[in-house]
Amino acid sequence: MKPIRPVGIVGYGGYVPIYRIKASEIGRLWGNDGCSLPIVEKAVAGPDEDMTTIAYEAARYALMRARIDPCEIGAIFIGSESKPYAVKPSGTIVAEALGIGSHLLAADYEFACKAGTEAFQTCIGLVSSGMARYAMAIGADTAQGRPADDLEYTAASGGAAFIFGLKSDETVAYLEGSCSYATDTADFWRRAGQPYPRHFGRFTGKPAYFRHVITAAKKLMEELGLGPEDFDWAVFHQPNTKFPLKAAKMLGIDRKKLEPGLLVPYIGNTYSGSSPLGLAATLDVAQPGDRILMVSYGSGAGSDAFSFVVQDAIEEKRPLAPPVRAFLARKKYVDYATYARFRGKLLR
Amino acid sequence: MSVPRFWREIPHKYRLLGSRCRSCGAVYHPRRRVCPRCGSRDLEDVRLSRRGRLLAFTVVRRAPSDLDEYKPYIVGLVELQDGVRVLSQIVDCDPSELRPGLELEATLRRIRAHGPAGVIEYGYKFRPVIKWEPEGGASSLGDASGGEVPAGEGDR
Amino acid sequence: MSGLAAIVGAGCTKVGEHWELSVLELAVEASLKALDDAGSPPVSAIYVGNAASEVLNEQGNLAVLLADELGLRGIKAVEVRAGDASGALALHQAYLEMAAGAPGPVLAVGVEKLTDVMIQEVERVQMLFEDARATFHSGITIPGLCALLTRLYMQQYGASYEDLVLLAVNDHRNAANNKYAQYPFPITVETVLNSPLVADPVRLFDTAGVGDGAAAVLIVKAEEARRFSDAPVRLLASEAVAGEASFSSREDLLSMNSLRKAAARALKRAGMDIKDVDFFELHNTTSVVGILALEELGLAERGEGWRLVKEGQIAIGADWPVNTMGGLKGRGHPWGATGLYQAVEAVWQLRGEAGKNQVEGAEVGLTHNMCGLGSLSCVHILARWEVRA
Repeated sequence: MKPIRPVGIVGYGGYVPIYRIKASEIGRLWGNDGCSLPIVEKAVAGPDEDMTTIAYEAARYALMRARIDPCEIGAIFIGSESKPYAVKPSGTIVAEALGIGSHLLAADYEFACKAGTEAFQTCIGLVSSGMARYAMAIGADTAQGRPADDLEYTAASGGAAFIFGLKSDETVAYLEGSCSYATDTADFWRRAGQPYPRHFGRFTGKPAYFRHVITAAKKLMEELGLGPEDFDWAVFHQPNTKFPLKAAKMLGIDRKKLEPGLLVPYIGNTYSGSSPLGLAATLDVAQPGDRILMVSYGSGAGSDAFSFVVQDAIEEKRPLAPPVRAFLARKKYVDYATYARFRGKLLR
Repeated sequence: MSVPRFWREIPHKYRLLGSRCRSCGAVYHPRRRVCPRCGSRDLEDVRLSRRGRLLAFTVVRRAPSDLDEYKPYIVGLVELQDGVRVLSQIVDCDPSELRPGLELEATLRRIRAHGPAGVIEYGYKFRPVIKWEPEGGASSLGDASGGEVPAGEGDR
Repeated sequence: MSGLAAIVGAGCTKVGEHWELSVLELAVEASLKALDDAGSPPVSAIYVGNAASEVLNEQGNLAVLLADELGLRGIKAVEVRAGDASGALALHQAYLEMAAGAPGPVLAVGVEKLTDVMIQEVERVQMLFEDARATFHSGITIPGLCALLTRLYMQQYGASYEDLVLLAVNDHRNAANNKYAQYPFPITVETVLNSPLVADPVRLFDTAGVGDGAAAVLIVKAEEARRFSDAPVRLLASEAVAGEASFSSREDLLSMNSLRKAAARALKRAGMDIKDVDFFELHNTTSVVGILALEELGLAERGEGWRLVKEGQIAIGADWPVNTMGGLKGRGHPWGATGLYQAVEAVWQLRGEAGKNQVEGAEVGLTHNMCGLGSLSCVHILARWEVRA
C-alpha cells in the first residue's frame, strides 16, 4: 500500500508508567520456580492511570516534537483493548486535554494489539488524501492479565503516539509503503463485558503471530523490492522476548537491529502500545537515512507492516521530548498485593 | 455525580485554564471575572504553566468517601511558574522523595470514577519532573517541560 | 452599636455521640435551657446556625422547624450558614436584629449532628466549606489543609510538631473540668504523637473530634437585661469578615486576614485594646491554626505563637488564658454549634460560673469562630455586666 502523496511522521512520543512488577514476584504467587519466565519485569499503570491518560502523555510528547499548532490536527485515533468506556471515545478526552480543538475526527480503534497501527494506516490515508493536514495515531493499553494465567507475566501498560503529515523537511521519517494482512484466526479474544481475555496457548504462535507477521513483512518487502539486508532496524510486536527474535530470524534479519526497539523484557507487552513504543524507541537512536521495518500483530488476527526511512529532521526534533529510555529508567517496584490493588483486581 | 458540572470544569481541570488580569498582571486559577487585587474586569483566559515547585505537602490517610480506595495519597501546594498556587495530588513518588522547592510538572490522571458505571473524572495532578540524559553524553540534562505544547485555539 | 445588647440566658448540650437525639431534638434541648435560664420569656426572633443538615441529617430549613418545636409560631425564623462559622454568624445576625430594634428577646442557636453519617462522609462534607473546585479536585481534606499549614509553619519558623500540639494539651487540661466537653480528660504530647496520622504530620489527637451538640443564648436590649437575669453579660461587639475564599490564594499563606480584620473592628467597636481581653476562645481546627490566631491577635510576634504556649502563658492562671472550657479540641466541634458554645462558655466565665476553670476577675472575653481555614471569621467581645464600653 503506497499513499498517492508521500506521508511522514511529524512528531512522535512514548510513555511508560513508573511502576514495575518483577515476573519472579508474579511467579512467586503461582509456584513458578523461576526457570522460564518470559520477561524480567513489566510496567504497571498506577491506580489513577488508564489508557486515556497514557495516550495523553504520549500525545503530548508527540506534539512537543512536532512543533505544529495543535488545532491543525484533523483527526485523532486511539487504538486499545483496555478502553475505560465501551461507549465514549477516549480520543475526545485526549483532544480536549491537549487543546486540539473540536474541528476534528476522532475514533477509538480495536484490533487487539495492532489497534495502534490500524490507526497509523487511517492517518496515512487521511493525510495523503488531503482530508487532514495532520492526523494523530496512538496505541495505548493497560492490559489486564488474568491471575494465574501465563499472560499475567507480560500484560503491561504503555503507549506511543505518532503525528502524520505530508512528507516534508519537518517530518522525522517518511513512509515508503505499508502492507496489511488479516484473517479470522481466534488465537486470543475478549468477549464483551468480560474483564479478562482468553487465549489458546500454543495456537497463538505459528498459525497466529508468525503467520501474520511473516506474511505481512514478506509482502511489504516484495512490493517495495527490498530484502532484509536493506533494513537498519526492525520492530516487531512483542508479546514476549522470544517471538520477535524468532520472527527476525525467520526473515533473515540480524537480531542486533531489534535492540533499541525490543522493550518487552523490561516493560512487558504493552499490547496496542507494543510495536508503536518499539518504533518510538528506535527513532530515539536512528540516524537520517536509516530504514526501519515495523510489523505489528493483533490477535483475531492480523499484521500491519511498514517501512520508514529516517530524515534529517530527527536530529533536531528528537531532543524536544523524553526518549523512551527515560521512562524505562524511571521505575518503582511494587509487590503483588500493590499490583493487584493498582490494577483493580481486588475490587472485582 | 454531576455530569454537567464535570463537563463545565474541563477547561480548568484538563488544561489548567486560568485568568490573567490585563490591568495588573495577576494570574488566577480557576478563571474569574473580577480581579480581587485591582478590581478590574478586564481579564483574559490563559493556559497556566505546567511547571511549578512544591511548597508543602501532606499525605491524606483519612479520605473522603469517594476517594477512600485511593488512600493514602499525597496532596501538595504547588506554586506554578506563573505565580499562581494550586492544590494538587502529587503522584509517581513516595513522600520521602518530596521536599519544598522540588520541581514538578502537570500530567493528566483519573481523579475519580463514579462507580463501575458512572463517568470518569479526569484532571491535572503533578509529578516530579522527568529528566533524561541526551544520547551521546551531552552536558546538560534534558527535561520534558522545557518544550510546552503550544496553546491552540481549541481553548474554550 | 456597642453595648446595645446583653445575653440573659445560655445553655447547651454535652458534646458527644447522641445516637438517640435528632438534630432538631438537640437544638430544642439547648434552646429550652437558654430560655429557662432567662425565665422563659416570649421570643421575637430565632436565628439558627447550622452548616450541613441537608447532607448530614436529611433535613433542611431548621430555623422554621425549631421555632415550631418550641411552640413559637408567627415569629421571625432565620437559618444562617457559613461552614463551621455558622454559629457565631447566627449570633452576629441575632445581635444585629437586636440592634435594629427587635420587639422582644432574640434566640441564637447553633446545632450540628455529625454522627448520622460515617467519618468518610464527614470528611467529604467539610471539603465543601472550602472552594470545592480545589478540594474535590485535589482530594485535600480539612485536616489535610491544616497539615499543609503545619508544614509551612514548621518550615518557616523552625517550630517542631511537638511544640505546636502543646495547644491541644492545654485544651484537654481545661476540658477535663467541663461536664459538657466531649473529651473531658487530660492528654500529653505523647498521646498526640501516639495517635494515628490523619494527614501527615497531623495526628488524630491534634484534630477536633466528631460529635453532636447544640448551644444557645438569649439576647435582649441592654437596658432591659436586668428584667430577665440577675447576671446578664454584655455583648459589646460582633464582627464578621470574609477573607480569601481559598487558602492557596492567600498572599501570605501563614496569615489569617479575616481574623486580623474582624478582631480589629470588634476591639474598636468595644473601645478596647487586645490587652483588655482576659480570655480567648479560639478556633483551632488543629493546633497550628490556634497558634496563628495568637499571632494574628497580636499576643505574640509572627512565628512566636508556639512559644507563648510552650511557656505556659495561655493557661487559666496565666496572662492569656485560651480555650478555657476545652475549645474545639477538648469540648468538641459540632460545626454550626461551636460559635454558640464559645458564647455560652464566655458567659459562664463572665458570670463567675466556670468552676475549676474560672479565670480570676474575668471581665472581658473574646471569641473567634471561623469557617474552614479562615475564609470567614466572626469575632465577638463579651463583658461582665459592670463593664461598660
